[in-house]
Amino acid sequence: MEAYLRRTAMWYGGVGLLTGQVARSLALPPKYFRLIIQEIEVMGVQSLGVALTAAIFTGMVFTIQSAVNMARFGAETYVGPLTSLAILRELGPVLTAILVGGKVASGITAELGSMKVTEQIDALRTLGVNYIKRLVVPRVLAALIVFPLLTTLADAVGILGGMAIMFVERGADMWAYWNVTTYWVVPKDFVTGIGKSVFFGAIVTLIGCYNGLSTEGGTEGLGRATTATVVHVTMGVIVCDFFITKLFLTLFY
Amino acid sequence: MAEPIVEAVDLNKSFDANHVLRGVSFTLAKGETLVVMGGSGSGKTVLLRLVAGLIRPEGGRLRVFGHAIERLTEEELLPLRRRMGYVFQSAALFDSLSVRENVAYPLREHTSLGEAEIEERVVGNLSVVGLSSDVLDLLPSELSGGMRKRVGIARALSVEPEMLLFDEPTAGLDPTNSKLVADLMLDLRGGVCDTAMVVTHDIELARTVADRVAVLIEGRFAAFGPAERVLSGDDPAVRAFLAGAAG
Repeated sequence: MEAYLRRTAMWYGGVGLLTGQVARSLALPPKYFRLIIQEIEVMGVQSLGVALTAAIFTGMVFTIQSAVNMARFGAETYVGPLTSLAILRELGPVLTAILVGGKVASGITAELGSMKVTEQIDALRTLGVNYIKRLVVPRVLAALIVFPLLTTLADAVGILGGMAIMFVERGADMWAYWNVTTYWVVPKDFVTGIGKSVFFGAIVTLIGCYNGLSTEGGTEGLGRATTATVVHVTMGVIVCDFFITKLFLTLFY
Repeated sequence: MAEPIVEAVDLNKSFDANHVLRGVSFTLAKGETLVVMGGSGSGKTVLLRLVAGLIRPEGGRLRVFGHAIERLTEEELLPLRRRMGYVFQSAALFDSLSVRENVAYPLREHTSLGEAEIEERVVGNLSVVGLSSDVLDLLPSELSGGMRKRVGIARALSVEPEMLLFDEPTAGLDPTNSKLVADLMLDLRGGVCDTAMVVTHDIELARTVADRVAVLIEGRFAAFGPAERVLSGDDPAVRAFLAGAAG
């Protein structure tokens, strides 16, 4: 039990320290901007399929479930705003962060962990290279750009998927559906969701980088670190979502 | 007398309950090659990593190029590390980069040289370690152990170091390649970089390159002095280690 608590405290402390190091290293030499572009491609373009497929099906299933059940209370008219609010405020940012985050962060852990166990990180250090600036900061900055963009697309696809299924399955009037949705949904709903996705992008990449950089125990340790990253990212996003939601509701509602 | 490049006083280092170094003191002067010998797990590599500032001592003082490096932050250590070249036991080449990009890496990071000049320096460093430009486009996985080691040395030379740190430079090599690396280390002393600290358990390498030899046993230097005297094995503990090392 004591060892577990010690490990947990070390992990939180380590991620906190890494966050501080990243904050201090944010000023990058111009040559590293190429790395940010590369990471945007790896994280964003290569994750589009996963993010949008999840978004469209989640939007459809959430809308159809809501329609069937809200019809029991005579409230089917409000399915549009309900599902749109849920997608913009929660489902879009959280699902994107869990799915894309798990994929991106486990890849980061595998790459940095492999560099760690083969002494390539130490090689960078001996060559006088700031490995935080070279390996961590470009990934975090790329995530701060990619996660809001992916979330915006996921929001749009999820809402449109919901609209489409209402038209196909429930014969809804699309014009009325759109009007009632835009009447109740305001820009703040979209912006708070995007605000969350910025936090999630940072959390996901910092966890992936920290677990990679702290990998020990050769290839077996690398496997453990990669698995741990998927769990940490999922739990991190879900738990942080609660606190960020509370914060945003306090500040902006 | 000029200040030594490395000055260590009473260095201590532990990993959890494992007390690896228990009061190690030594100096390394400019133009000198110090070889630290010891069995596997004796703390030789730990000593080298301390000198490079990759890990920190728990006790004692360590000055490198006149700086108390145990007090420096990682950021402050970076310019100091550019004055030393570290050759890893595993070579630690960047496995996704070609030989060309590995050797050019420090040049791209720290200089504003043009492509033609970088290429010239890369080919020059490879020729110093006895490799032709045929290997430029190969990946580290396509090289033999001896070639990887030599590319590692060429990469370390790219920072134009004032001191080279070698971690087991002949480990895992056949006798021919071991001799090649030992001869290369002698050649480097003659021109490119005259100061080196080498950790090894290879007694033949020590005989070839060392000015002074230290034998690390149970976290302390059991013997430390001119190569001929230490390698003659007057001390019983050292004699026992050298007899084992010699096979």
